[in-house]
Amino acid sequence: MNDMVSSITVGHASEFMERRSRVLRIGDLELALFKLSDGSFRAVENSCPHKGGKLADGMVCDHHVYCPLHDWKIDMNDGKVQAPDEGCVATFSVDVDEVGNVIVHFNANTARSKVS
Amino acid sequence: MKKLVMIGNGMAGVSFVEQLLKLAPNRYEITIIGSEPHPNYNRIMLSSVLAGEATMQDIILNNWDWYKDNGITLHTAQTVTRVDIDGGTVTTDSGLTIPYNELVFATGSVPFMLPLPGADKEGVIAFRDINDCETMMKTAEKYRKAIVIGGGLLGLEAARGLLNLNMEVSVVHVMSYLMERQLDPTASQMLREELERQGMKFLMEKQSDQIIGEERVQGLTFKDGTVEEADLIVMAVGIRPNVQLAKESGIEVNRGIVVNDFLQTSVPNIHSVGECAEHRGNVYGLVAPLYEQGAVLAKKLAGVESAGYQGSVLSTKLKISGVNVFSAGSFMDAPGTKAVRVQDDLDGIYKKIVFENGKVVGAVMFGDTIEGSRIFSLIRSGEDCSGREKEILFGSSGGAAGKPISLTDMAAAMSDDEIVCGCNGVTKETIVEAITEKGCVSIGEIKACTKASGSCGGCKPMVEAILQSTVGADNVKKVKEGICGCTTHSREEVVEMIKQMKLTTTKEVMHVLEWSNPEGCSKCRPALNYYLGMVWPVEHEDEADSRFVNERNHANIQKDGAFSVVPRIYGGVTTPEDLKRIADVAQKYDVPLVKITGGQRIDLLGVKKEDLTSVWQDLGMPSGYAYGKTLRTVKTCVGNTFCRFGTQDAIKMGVEMEKKFERLNTPHKVKLAVSGCPRNCAEATIKDLGVVAIDGGWEIHVAGNGGTKVRAADLLVKVRTEEEVLEWTGAYLQYYRETASFGERTSEWSVRVGLDTIKKALDRKVDREAYVNRIEKSLSLTKDPWRQIIENEDLSKAFDALTGPIGTEAAAAGEH
Repeated sequence: MNDMVSSITVGHASEFMERRSRVLRIGDLELALFKLSDGSFRAVENSCPHKGGKLADGMVCDHHVYCPLHDWKIDMNDGKVQAPDEGCVATFSVDVDEVGNVIVHFNANTARSKVS
Repeated sequence: MKKLVMIGNGMAGVSFVEQLLKLAPNRYEITIIGSEPHPNYNRIMLSSVLAGEATMQDIILNNWDWYKDNGITLHTAQTVTRVDIDGGTVTTDSGLTIPYNELVFATGSVPFMLPLPGADKEGVIAFRDINDCETMMKTAEKYRKAIVIGGGLLGLEAARGLLNLNMEVSVVHVMSYLMERQLDPTASQMLREELERQGMKFLMEKQSDQIIGEERVQGLTFKDGTVEEADLIVMAVGIRPNVQLAKESGIEVNRGIVVNDFLQTSVPNIHSVGECAEHRGNVYGLVAPLYEQGAVLAKKLAGVESAGYQGSVLSTKLKISGVNVFSAGSFMDAPGTKAVRVQDDLDGIYKKIVFENGKVVGAVMFGDTIEGSRIFSLIRSGEDCSGREKEILFGSSGGAAGKPISLTDMAAAMSDDEIVCGCNGVTKETIVEAITEKGCVSIGEIKACTKASGSCGGCKPMVEAILQSTVGADNVKKVKEGICGCTTHSREEVVEMIKQMKLTTTKEVMHVLEWSNPEGCSKCRPALNYYLGMVWPVEHEDEADSRFVNERNHANIQKDGAFSVVPRIYGGVTTPEDLKRIADVAQKYDVPLVKITGGQRIDLLGVKKEDLTSVWQDLGMPSGYAYGKTLRTVKTCVGNTFCRFGTQDAIKMGVEMEKKFERLNTPHKVKLAVSGCPRNCAEATIKDLGVVAIDGGWEIHVAGNGGTKVRAADLLVKVRTEEEVLEWTGAYLQYYRETASFGERTSEWSVRVGLDTIKKALDRKVDREAYVNRIEKSLSLTKDPWRQIIENEDLSKAFDALTGPIGTEAAAAGEH
């Protein structure tokens, strides 16, 4: 149905700090790649829908990230901005394979859907 | 499914639909047709929008999704032009014909425009909808002078809004006193004086004659021959029910659309609610009665029995900030009534309560209207208050014998369907449900859940009373506000627990104190990290991931995500070598802006995140901590080394202080200064701690602030030696660290705990030494963060971006 899938390996899980993030640039696209405290990863567009704050610099609380500029709270599972603010950022699915490689998937279909 | 069509998309109508959906969610296929291009918004909040207290977005009551989610077909910006009663259809101006089984007229009212010659000129408007608001705001950008015709509720709110928009406003009123339908002459006079004080002009007992001007309005003439200039005329003389369509359709119309106790018109399957309906000869223009009507009609159409609508007692509040006016019921003296009143011209307070046969029938209040909802409940309940009249006026502080009627008693006595929040039509029952079933435990939660107290806020005391009476009289307690939304524990409780149970990580604190969010939020995480480090400097390992971006990246984030870099320059004293190095770095990294700061430092602004570590490396200077909750700078004057007025070496003192206390974690930022003489060139008396040299010693001033709220520092102590300055400073800072809330500046903290408390705590040398020991312990554990990051590859890596192959596919997939 959709062959616009591209996956890239960005590193090993051990190279990432928990509740911290790295910026990932691919062409014009900039993502914030987070490692949560349970060891899983999330990737979202590195730009808050409010004023474009770099989410990679935000504070991570469970699967939420707070934008460093004005403290908007974003659910990294679905990209939705939490009330009372409104908006959405694109999400991308991330896998960790059996040897610990972190793989980010770029897929127009899953970009906005839940990542688990 | 039966088809329900409603003409009108305003507050009364939509509230009726909301209540109907609750009672009978699947009974009707609902269509709403509205003339305005907006979803339902809170018309009575328009004055707040003008006043700049709310945005258009804030006053939307039902957003587009609400209609969609409830399966309602909504046609906005369309007006129904024909109702075919026999055929059971309505037709709109865009040619849409919609069949109905039940039809509801919720057409509201139209502003009454005085038929003055020239009323069709540009710049003559009403104050009724969002469009009028927008016109007023636009006009204020270009023009200066406004006239509001009408000194009633609406006119005064419009006038206040125009004042806020920086226009000169004159209010024209035909009567001799303002708001004559809601106030008695005494209250009205007090109101006028207050509004004049705010800058409103009044032209009383003036009859408008003609609007003059070319295409656009230029002024207004009066019957007495006088003229007033104007660039904008707002007519707020009243509203009249919008009955044209009903009349044309053959429905019985008097002043409004005539309805019975069940809101039914002369045609059985056609109903009417709101400002367009006339019930028992009354047409209501305030929002609370309209909600009551909506509730009755919802029951009727849901097939639920009710006693029908019995009419409403009215209460009014003026929504002008700083002006408290309340009136309800029959407040004018009349044969058979007795009034109790107080008038206090010193404080601008006036209260009058009117009794008839021992019952409260009306009230007017100015200045202090807190008791408004309590009095209003008494009017509605019709309770016999014979012999207690004075208590009712003076409340529990009246000192009279007998049990005063408390708000909580009133709340308990209220009937379930009584409306508590007039602005949003919230009944007591709805609030109680929010408390008992949805677990709301604070005014804020009740507001979020039900909208009660969310608009004018006048019912807040009553909502609080209902909360207390529902939670139970025995365990009535103020709902505790925790340090953030994740907990109900206060700062003191959290710190005490950290000490007692020797908690050393944020995770432990959240677990032990049962945080509602497993990993906290952006408010509590940095706070806990601070408290842990303050209590257990050795045992607690600082959590970078619990720090705000600036303290994690050790630079100051800017609006575009770049950072600013400020190297440490002790006391503001630099060298040619350092300046050269800073200049080289600025050139090498194309730093967009180099600026001298207010704290005597050099700021390199616009450094990219990836460049931060190399910039630090090349600077080879320690972090200036211009970004953290920590000692920022010690500002100094040149002192007696160069200045002919200097009495002490301010530079040496300042540099010593900065070297001793740099890198200290504090509840909020701390700024210091040292001045070499009382001329105080270093502005030491608006600092968190400022030292001023005097002949033979030093003064230590504390808790000053030069920021948002300027506060002159208080003199803490005078000392003789530099050692004493350091000792007092250390003790003071540590006492602040141990007792202030995270995020609390010394100026706020000192006002909260009291200067005397601080002085007492630091009075004895032995106590000061204990504080100094503790602060030195904490200081001994700090390291320069820039160096730490440069020397640790894991830490410095976090500043670099990862890059992937430049794949067109991937990039394309990311575009949404």
